[in-house]
Amino acid sequence: MDKPFNNKAWFLVLPVVILVAFSAVIPLMTVVNYSVQDTFGNNAFFWVGTEWFQEMITSERFHNSLIRQFMFTGIILAIEIPLGIFVALNMPKKGWGVPVSLVLMSLPLLVPWNVVGTIWQVFGREDIGLLGAALNGMGIDYNYTQNIFDAWATIIAMDVWHWTSLVALLCYAGLASIPEAYYQAAKIDGASRWATFRYIELPKMQRVLLIAFLLRFMDSFMIYTEPLVVTGGGPGNSTTLLSIDLVKMAIGQFDLGPAAAFSIIYFLIILLISWALYTIMTNYDKGESK
Amino acid sequence: MAEIHLKNLAHSYLPHPSGPSDYALKKIDHVWEDGKAYALLGPSGCGKSTLLNIISGLLTPSEGSVLFDGEDVTNLPTEKRHIAQVFQFPVVYDTMTVYDNLAFPLKNRGHDAKTIDQRVRDIAEMLEMTGELNKKARGLTADAKQKISLGRGLVRQNVSAILFDEPLTVIDPHLKWMLRMQLKALHKKTDRTMIYVTHDQTEALTFADKVVVMYEGDVVQMGTPQELFERPQHTFVGYFIGSPGMNVIPAHVEGNQAHIEGTTIQLNYGYKGMSGSNVEIGVRPEFTSLHEGGEGLPITIKRVEDVGRYKIVRADFFGREINITVPEGQPISERVNRVSFDPTRVNVYQGGWIVDGEAA
Amino acid sequence: MSGATLTHKNNVSLLSRLGISKSGLVMTAYLVFLMLPLYWLLNMSLKTNEEILSTFTLWPDNLTFQNYITIFTDPSWYSGYINSITYVVLNTIISITVALPAAYAFSRYRFLGDQHLFFWLLTNRMAPPAVFALPFFQLYSSVGLFDTHIAVALAHCLFNVPLMVWILEGFMSGVPKEIDETAYIDGYSFPKFFVKIFMPLIASGIGVAAFFCFMFSWVELLLARTLTSVDAKPIAATMTRTVGAAGIDWGVLAAAGILTIIPGALVIWFVRNYIAKGFALGRV
Repeated sequence: MDKPFNNKAWFLVLPVVILVAFSAVIPLMTVVNYSVQDTFGNNAFFWVGTEWFQEMITSERFHNSLIRQFMFTGIILAIEIPLGIFVALNMPKKGWGVPVSLVLMSLPLLVPWNVVGTIWQVFGREDIGLLGAALNGMGIDYNYTQNIFDAWATIIAMDVWHWTSLVALLCYAGLASIPEAYYQAAKIDGASRWATFRYIELPKMQRVLLIAFLLRFMDSFMIYTEPLVVTGGGPGNSTTLLSIDLVKMAIGQFDLGPAAAFSIIYFLIILLISWALYTIMTNYDKGESK
Repeated sequence: MAEIHLKNLAHSYLPHPSGPSDYALKKIDHVWEDGKAYALLGPSGCGKSTLLNIISGLLTPSEGSVLFDGEDVTNLPTEKRHIAQVFQFPVVYDTMTVYDNLAFPLKNRGHDAKTIDQRVRDIAEMLEMTGELNKKARGLTADAKQKISLGRGLVRQNVSAILFDEPLTVIDPHLKWMLRMQLKALHKKTDRTMIYVTHDQTEALTFADKVVVMYEGDVVQMGTPQELFERPQHTFVGYFIGSPGMNVIPAHVEGNQAHIEGTTIQLNYGYKGMSGSNVEIGVRPEFTSLHEGGEGLPITIKRVEDVGRYKIVRADFFGREINITVPEGQPISERVNRVSFDPTRVNVYQGGWIVDGEAA
Repeated sequence: MSGATLTHKNNVSLLSRLGISKSGLVMTAYLVFLMLPLYWLLNMSLKTNEEILSTFTLWPDNLTFQNYITIFTDPSWYSGYINSITYVVLNTIISITVALPAAYAFSRYRFLGDQHLFFWLLTNRMAPPAVFALPFFQLYSSVGLFDTHIAVALAHCLFNVPLMVWILEGFMSGVPKEIDETAYIDGYSFPKFFVKIFMPLIASGIGVAAFFCFMFSWVELLLARTLTSVDAKPIAATMTRTVGAAGIDWGVLAAAGILTIIPGALVIWFVRNYIAKGFALGRV
């Protein structure tokens, strides 16, 4: 746009570059380094090329984790995005309800992630947890440590509890930026509630929805602590998502080479999908404007 | 299409208004004729938006009622009133095409596809937007978007009135006059009642058949642009309309003479019982002339502004400014020291309101 | 203008006619869903272990603060708090300090590689902490920073700095450039202008950024736990201690959980107006 070109601005970004390089580039190099080497201990490494990558790409363990990860991310996105929009539409717009809803809704976002896990771990137990006891009391046989379906339902409920507010708050911000005249015009044009949502609110929320979608995609794809605390990846491996599997491999089994290859593929998948989503959505946006 | 009757209408935002100053809109009783173009003109905070919102149904008046063709609509919500509105900032449905935007009000009301298509094409023709029907509304310019907003009102055949709330605010200056002309032409073609809110006198005077001038919650005058110019009912109208506005000078009026600071001016009419300190005479700069000596009020010229078609002379008269317009090309001598008024164009005001004189 | 009050009036009448009960119902249901698990934790934290395990009660029969007293009298518990708060505050200060000038550069100038740099910064927000855990451990061990507050603070910069730059850039772009130019004409040097004039203008942006910084650093545990053992161990990691030979000390676990939520709740309360404003600007 009309920003002046000035390479001196590099001095202003230099601290960020140094800091991020220190905390991102160096570790990433280490990972790359491990991913192409093998060791028999004693810090003796030798070059193995893309062997670990080939092993990972064909590994059934990796495939299963990846499939579980996509399932998890897909399900929580399918719930949290519509639910977040729905909650945002129902949030109060003025009065004492605004700060109350904002503060209460932000609360789950500020609970440390392992505490989120602990809360749901306790909440879902059939002996001392409200949810578990209530469900069993209603005659539903619920036990998240034994039953795969219950385990999934619990970690999904937990993620919905934890993050739907973020989507809702973002949408609320998008809705707040719609001038009142649009609603008046819709009324004058005789638009139904649905039409008002479809043609006014949804298009105006598009930008924040993109941000919400990307954030939720990225964060749910990296989720580690919360499901680990609740289910420990079980029963069996049924809730072992990518990060859990990776940490198991790297720190539990100390398989550095495969873990590093795993890491790089993992990171690339997130980058690729985020980039693709971003491009598709922004292109769609541009196409609309023609 | 409808005649709009504002019956004993008044509005206060306070639950228990105690005096006239508590009213955002003071009591009015007007009948606005079907098919005419009205402009609500006044400075911001004068109550014109309040009045517009009462007509559109966004606001329920605290007193009186609104009748469309004799039917009381005071308590009807906006969507049931058969009105259309063009807002200050263009409101279009971004994701729809121009065609779908225009069809939207009809689709919502369940018209059949054939009727809709016919109406949309007719209106697009009228708005000169046929070529853009398949474009997305988002990429259009502000003036095109305003035309679509208007079009959404025009497609509906049973619209009683189309309201405009300062619709040219965000339009580029060079496009403003074009859009204004198009609006005027559309009004002629469609014969819809149109109500246009603005604080810009040029917009009001060029667009409207009748201009409603508002000031501090009061309708001070409703009339044709010519009436507003020649016989402002209130000194405010005189000030507000015209550039520069009317000269208003405190005077002592007796019979057909006005005495101002020791000078006597002849009036065209006779006035009786004009005592008190709140008597003023008003004369537009266009109906004044400059002299060297002789008759008229003694003045000293402070400066001359050349605005193109004419010059404005700013003159000092006992510490008060008097404006005189002089046709382009007429020289102004340095010895000029008197201004005289065309007696037929001098209005007399008492307490701000015009006083009708008797033929002398 | 009077428009705002008009629509307000209209909304109220419309809502009271058909909407308020429905929206209110939806919101109440949602907030109850959010609060129930938290209430349960609070409930447990005020019970004795015997009550937790033996009877199922919706509120404490024998209200006790013993669990909280246990935490506040045991240094290994409360030092966890101090550790957590120390590295979170350190991280917030570092992130904001380095992100402010960078965001200014992105919002005001074009320079060689600016777009690529911006994108590269954002990719760090996409890096799974699990990927970085081991390399971080090795890196900080090798430079002797293992088990220090600064190590965790620096590690958290990985995802916080890009986010800060992004948020602040949005707020700064909203400030007209003329303000900078006027200040320079008035003889301000860049640092003086930045601190005295520019920062107050984007105060709410800094507030929002600091809030998110605090939030993401406070809730993250994987890196924090990997990089610490004793001296800088975060409170959230200390919680695992409740699993002892005699089973889990549920009461203390719940009390510790509640205590980890309180700093966040306080931060939200203090910045709630900034947040609303920040959300209104459409940047998060």
